[in-house]
Amino acid sequence: MAVKVMIPTPLRQYAGTRDAVEVEAGTVGEALTGLISQHNDLRKHLFTDEGKLRSFVNIYLNDEDIRYLQKDQTPLHDNDVLSIVPSIAGGMALRCICS
Amino acid sequence: LLKLAPQHVDAIRHHGERDYPAECCGILLGHVDGGQKVVAEVVALRNLRHDPQRAQELLPLEEPGRESERNRFLIDPRDQLRAEKDARARQLDVLGYYHSHPDHPARPSEYDREHAWPWYSYVILSVEQGTARDLNSWVLAGDRSRFDREAVEIENP
Repeated sequence: MAVKVMIPTPLRQYAGTRDAVEVEAGTVGEALTGLISQHNDLRKHLFTDEGKLRSFVNIYLNDEDIRYLQKDQTPLHDNDVLSIVPSIAGGMALRCICS
Repeated sequence: LLKLAPQHVDAIRHHGERDYPAECCGILLGHVDGGQKVVAEVVALRNLRHDPQRAQELLPLEEPGRESERNRFLIDPRDQLRAEKDARARQLDVLGYYHSHPDHPARPSEYDREHAWPWYSYVILSVEQGTARDLNSWVLAGDRSRFDREAVEIENP
């Protein structure tokens, strides 16, 4: 299946400055592998050293979080759109690390 | 450099005061012009830490007893995806995010750093006793070791 992976702005520098990458894949897991094989610099931002998706990286298939589908086994169809959505979180603490 | 119009700053300050003593959050949309980030729109988003169960599913807290919407924020990825799609449809980019530090300085915390992404602008507003005070912007260093202060210019477009 030909699917499109949407790249968020901070990761575009690791994807040849593109905002979207086309890959051929049957499942979400294959699509992510395909993406990494085209743009290897993305790997460390999306996956841990053990090859697991980082906890603060969300993958959406069209408008659904793959967490609530079949995760990386979720099947894909032609023209599906995958979005990489970084978790945006923060808050205050006692120690400041600013320069 | 992050360029904001006075009404953007007002919107962020009002949001921070409205949601005090909880942390507020939102998204900065705009475009990049010669290395400068020019904000076109500020969109207030809901702090998902008000819904502890769902927030915990998405990004678990280490000490839920000590951490809440008063000292943590999380943007619902669904809200973010919607904002990003809406921005793309209008040829705008997500430039960064803002959040408030109730009764705390407008400086990033260790928790902020651990959860930050490079490139984005992180605007932090301090709200003391319900009144908005300092507003600063920060960008994560490429090696993730620290935040660097980003210059903010406030002027009418």
